[in-house]
Amino acid sequence: MWLFLLKRSALAVLIVILAVTALYLMIHAIPGDPASIILGPRATDEMKAALYIKMGLDQPVYMQLLSFFGNILSGDLGYDVFSQRDVSDIVFEQLPWTLALIFCAIVWAALVGIPLGCYSAIYANTWFDTITGIISVGTIAIPSFVVAIYSLLIFSVTLHWLPAIGAGERGDVLSQLEHLILPAFAVGLGWVGYISRLVRSSMLEVLGSNHIRTAKAFGLPSRWITFRYALRLAILPTVTLLGVGIGYLLSASLFAEIVFARPGIGKLIFDAVSTRNYPVVMGAVLVTTALFVIATTLADFINALLDPRMRAKR
Amino acid sequence: MSELTQTSEQSIAAVAQVAKDNTVTHVLVDTFRRLIKKPLGLMGLILVSTIVLSALFASVIAPYDPIALDILNRLKPPSSEHWLGTDQLGRDTFSRVLYGGQIALQVALSSIALALGFGLLLGLLAGFGPRWLDNLILTLFDMVRSFPTIIFALAVVTLTGPSVSTIILVVVITSIPIYGRVVRTQTQALAQQEFILAERAMNASMPRILFRHMLPNVIGQLLILASMDIPIVITIEAGLSFLGLGIQPPTPSWGSIINDGYSFIRNTPWPIIAGGLPLIITTLGFTFLGESLRDIFDPKLRKDV
Repeated sequence: MWLFLLKRSALAVLIVILAVTALYLMIHAIPGDPASIILGPRATDEMKAALYIKMGLDQPVYMQLLSFFGNILSGDLGYDVFSQRDVSDIVFEQLPWTLALIFCAIVWAALVGIPLGCYSAIYANTWFDTITGIISVGTIAIPSFVVAIYSLLIFSVTLHWLPAIGAGERGDVLSQLEHLILPAFAVGLGWVGYISRLVRSSMLEVLGSNHIRTAKAFGLPSRWITFRYALRLAILPTVTLLGVGIGYLLSASLFAEIVFARPGIGKLIFDAVSTRNYPVVMGAVLVTTALFVIATTLADFINALLDPRMRAKR
Repeated sequence: MSELTQTSEQSIAAVAQVAKDNTVTHVLVDTFRRLIKKPLGLMGLILVSTIVLSALFASVIAPYDPIALDILNRLKPPSSEHWLGTDQLGRDTFSRVLYGGQIALQVALSSIALALGFGLLLGLLAGFGPRWLDNLILTLFDMVRSFPTIIFALAVVTLTGPSVSTIILVVVITSIPIYGRVVRTQTQALAQQEFILAERAMNASMPRILFRHMLPNVIGQLLILASMDIPIVITIEAGLSFLGLGIQPPTPSWGSIINDGYSFIRNTPWPIIAGGLPLIITTLGFTFLGESLRDIFDPKLRKDV
């Protein structure tokens, strides 16, 4: 077991290093000179040369890469010449917005999806089950950015019920929550379907097991059995799914952040890519990749704890 | 003697061919029958055929040239002349939606075919090859999957610039692991089966075992997986085009139609509605179709979701 944990963690670190190296090399293959883009067309050669040295671009690529990883270990993600700030400050300023969005999206999706899945399992193969099945599959299929932009169109632009853009007044929690509703709805909608399908199938499995039959034989009310005994087991695969799903959530939140002009890590990366702001792209992608790998590795651990067969497999 | 063997071999081959043809048509007809019996399958079939036919015959159905400008009639609501209205340059949205379907299907089919091919090859190698190769390929797969797709796409687009081939490249690279993993698992399971062990005992060559015996056993699952991948790929294309990083103007794409509409959301809702609806219809259609196909062919493949 410990060997598995160790191997899996080492693999996670290796993956992050390889992925970031690949990205670093890719960015360096881009034609175009970052110094002239940053300084504009009127920059003199001396100014460019000075900036080059400041950004470390005069070093060979492997040296840049080495110092980049060295700096990461000391918590330094680099320096953004545009805004004259540390990249880590910028990234960790934006990250909470994205995490809050993802968290709200998952919470509302779970609050709707779990009961929906339970009732579909209890009423399996009835019309209720068929309809929730179709709706679930439907919500999974529809692209989240279409949901985002349609809800913007309907609830903000046409009905004026909810604010259209931004993340709310600074320090005003109520206004921030108000601005969170539509993006969280858009990001979470597909997960209602995912969660309810997953809970339904694992619930069906659990409901057929021995201890549930015993509980039934004792004459416990079926609602009590479902929500107190069965759900406790049936919920576990969903927890694992969330770990793997964080990549999809990050992608979906990128679209939500752009459609609703919200701050966040997705919008940060998008803007940095558009302006070719390499240090910010690198720092933000590193943090998101690390987040994603940590989440999937945790999901693997949970899986291994629950299912001994997984420990042998990779 | 040798002549006799040859003729008998030929006749056996001929009989086998006839039997094969019969089974193929039989399977197709049978699948179709079972598909239209399921409400979900029928719905998927109708939605998918609508989209595929309208994309195929876009040049016949479209009332206007999708890139013809008509500035005087810009941002018009739907009318008898322009069924879905016009965009900010006065282009007919209905015609653009039809041609956008062509782009979406082209990107989906070509990139899935490529991803399937590479995934199959790498998966077979990982599953049947030596241990170190398996580990290497799996680590590569994990590395690719460790970027969220859209972030990976953003990185690649900065490198190569936005274009159709960039989208295809991104989709191929990010989907290879999905196919590869399924093939690998299948191959590993198959490698222990008697008919493969027998082949190895008879000293059959590696390519023969892989392509003659393994391939037919994994291809079915792969095709179902591919049909379920179509809506995902179409979403990625539309998403990137919506961000302005995919199909470039003036070529119409559903994503760029929505993007144009987004800039004028306070003037007219129609381009957004018109660009989003075909996306919803397509993703729903292919998902319903894929789910039903999976139920028909392989109930065991049914994953938890």
